[in-house]
Amino acid sequence: MAVTSTKTALGLTAGAMRSALSQGAVLALVLAGVYLLFDNTQENLALRGIESGFAFLEQEAGLPIGDSLIDYDPTRSYGYAFLVGVLNTLFVSVLAIIGATVLGVIVGVSRVSRNWLLAKVAAIYVETLRNLPLLLTLFFVYSVVIAALPHPRDAIGLIDGVYLSKRGFYLPRPQAGPGFAVFAIGTAVALMLGIVFWRWAARHKIRTGRSVPGFRGGLAIFVGLAGFAFLLGGSPVSGELPVYSGFNFKGGMVMRPEFTSLLIGLVLYTAAYIGENVRSGIQSVDAGQIEAANALGVSSAVVTRKVLLPQALRVTIPATTNDYASLVKNSSLAVAIGYPDMVSIGGTIIGQNGQAVEIIAMWMAVYLTINLVISVGMNYLNARVQHAQR
Amino acid sequence: MTDEAIVFKPTPPRPAPSARIGLLAWLRANLFGGWKDTIITLFLLGMLAAVVPRLFDWLVLDATFTGDAGSCRLNDGACWPFVVDKFNVLMMGVYPQDLAWRPAIAAVALIVLAGLTYTNRLRGFAVIAAWSVLPVFALIMIGGAFGMQDVDQSLWGGLMLSVLLALVGVIVSIPLGVILALGRFYGTPVVKSLCVAFIELLRGVPLITILFMASVMMPLFLPPEVVINNLLRIQIGLILFSAAYMAEVVRGGLQAIPPGQTEASLALGVSRTRTIAFVVVPQALRHVLPPLVGRCIALFKDTSLVIIVGLLDFLGMVKNAALDADWLGFQAEAYIFAAFVYWSICYGLSLYGRELERRGPSAHTA
Repeated sequence: MAVTSTKTALGLTAGAMRSALSQGAVLALVLAGVYLLFDNTQENLALRGIESGFAFLEQEAGLPIGDSLIDYDPTRSYGYAFLVGVLNTLFVSVLAIIGATVLGVIVGVSRVSRNWLLAKVAAIYVETLRNLPLLLTLFFVYSVVIAALPHPRDAIGLIDGVYLSKRGFYLPRPQAGPGFAVFAIGTAVALMLGIVFWRWAARHKIRTGRSVPGFRGGLAIFVGLAGFAFLLGGSPVSGELPVYSGFNFKGGMVMRPEFTSLLIGLVLYTAAYIGENVRSGIQSVDAGQIEAANALGVSSAVVTRKVLLPQALRVTIPATTNDYASLVKNSSLAVAIGYPDMVSIGGTIIGQNGQAVEIIAMWMAVYLTINLVISVGMNYLNARVQHAQR
Repeated sequence: MTDEAIVFKPTPPRPAPSARIGLLAWLRANLFGGWKDTIITLFLLGMLAAVVPRLFDWLVLDATFTGDAGSCRLNDGACWPFVVDKFNVLMMGVYPQDLAWRPAIAAVALIVLAGLTYTNRLRGFAVIAAWSVLPVFALIMIGGAFGMQDVDQSLWGGLMLSVLLALVGVIVSIPLGVILALGRFYGTPVVKSLCVAFIELLRGVPLITILFMASVMMPLFLPPEVVINNLLRIQIGLILFSAAYMAEVVRGGLQAIPPGQTEASLALGVSRTRTIAFVVVPQALRHVLPPLVGRCIALFKDTSLVIIVGLLDFLGMVKNAALDADWLGFQAEAYIFAAFVYWSICYGLSLYGRELERRGPSAHTA
């Protein structure tokens, strides 16, 4: 087939010209659409008397917030209230990611266990949680499980200072004493020295071939020095215990039912997914490799650490990145049980002043940023476990 | 010398030693393989012994099966008359009772079609055609047309609404997802970046914010004279959200098609558009049928979030029923029933997904 390429005035081929024109047309169409939407929005906002822009962030919020990591009272601004929500979202997400990872690894490993009963229990757990909406799990935990706990009067005391009741979980509040700075600095130094020793041990082994217990040694250095710093500072950390008085506990730290339900729900739900990632990772490693390593007399702990894990992670990490991102997004279900995350607080603000456009833009900006951070972090981890590209 | 053929006669294998067969050996291998296994097994058995009998007592032995709230309060167990009493509301919301036969017919049509698809009686184009017609039929039956009495959308609710939202969502979002995936895979730079931006923006935020946007902001975007009811707005939000995820699944399928297929088709003189439509896309979809079923399950579960923007779907009705003053204190029953229904539907779909995976991409040539 002969291709005729007549040059146009601009020196482009007809094909390139057509492509540029059609792309320009698409872009123009989309821009026109966006402008139309923008124009409509302006008109609608004017009709409803809603002032657009982010000036409202400075105004007094006047809304009460149940859980806050930073000092908050209703005289603070909308912007500050939203920040409280963002911190709450991050707080519950980080705790849930840790919990879901631990439980997920246990579940995944259990599913491939040779212990028949353990494997079956894990399988039933995964199949149940994965086939129910997260919101149902949340409602169940919130209004059935936690509501079944006793009134604070008859709270279940696990150990001194830790109580379970339907009003929340009470824990001692850690308090810093006068020598806390010594302890904090000591811990930081101990951590650094521990890591230095660990890395030195690894280099030493490569150089000389002699094995030094690097991780255990580093851990011992960290724990030992941090403990020493703790004593040196005069045991500067004490717990303020919750005490029952009147109709509820006073003092101490409380995990309210809303927070606890959200945390439990997110952990249980996400762990089922992470468990499956872990399982598929483990199953992706050829059984022959494990057998070969065993036949060479390598101890099973070393086989797990040096043969199974590095290869299993190649399969597990990318899938788990998605699950972490979903977990953060799913924390927005907080609004359904009344934990004040950023969606819940933002929703209240929309209800008060109608500035939906701005709040939704802020939600999107924060979630997209969090997702970006997760994917950058996990990609770094992922790059370390993938096959080296030659 | 006589030629005597030497015949090799293998000695029959000896039976396995008794320590390796039978119940005891199975127990030793699978439950008590070592001291660690033994501890785990005993621990789990202890937990099960503590939980299962009490659960069984509550669910069945001590439960009330007939009567009213008063007779339930006499027993310690579960109160199943509560679920029976609320059954209609849970299934259809506040839909007029005398017209309940209409959604029921739509439900039967759905079940029959699902059965035909599951057993692979319908193939190829017929499947697509039947599933495309079904939501139209369901909407006509439920909403009323052709002389049937109109039922306002504010009266739709319960499981019927959940299934309807998911069904329409899936059927519209798959073709939309295919278009987005094609734009991302084959599009010119401008089209490609628009598709990427749309997909990543919708996948990057929680569904709740999209539902908020659909419910609260969509009226702001539209000219003042255009009014779309809340249900349709939320359905549009669900479709756009689902399409972004479907697009990524379809992209996986597109990547699995060897370039040689396209090149061969182009070399035969088939146009680019036709090559994509009739060579690439059908194969790509066959590759990703199992994950597409996974997305359907996810969307069905996600429809439960519409409570937050004020629709009373199945979970919303369950939550409402649990707050009924006549039946106060039976939340556990309500949620367990809801879990049973959601689980059955989702698990059924996931079995179908696994079945498709087992059949493999090549088994679906009509």
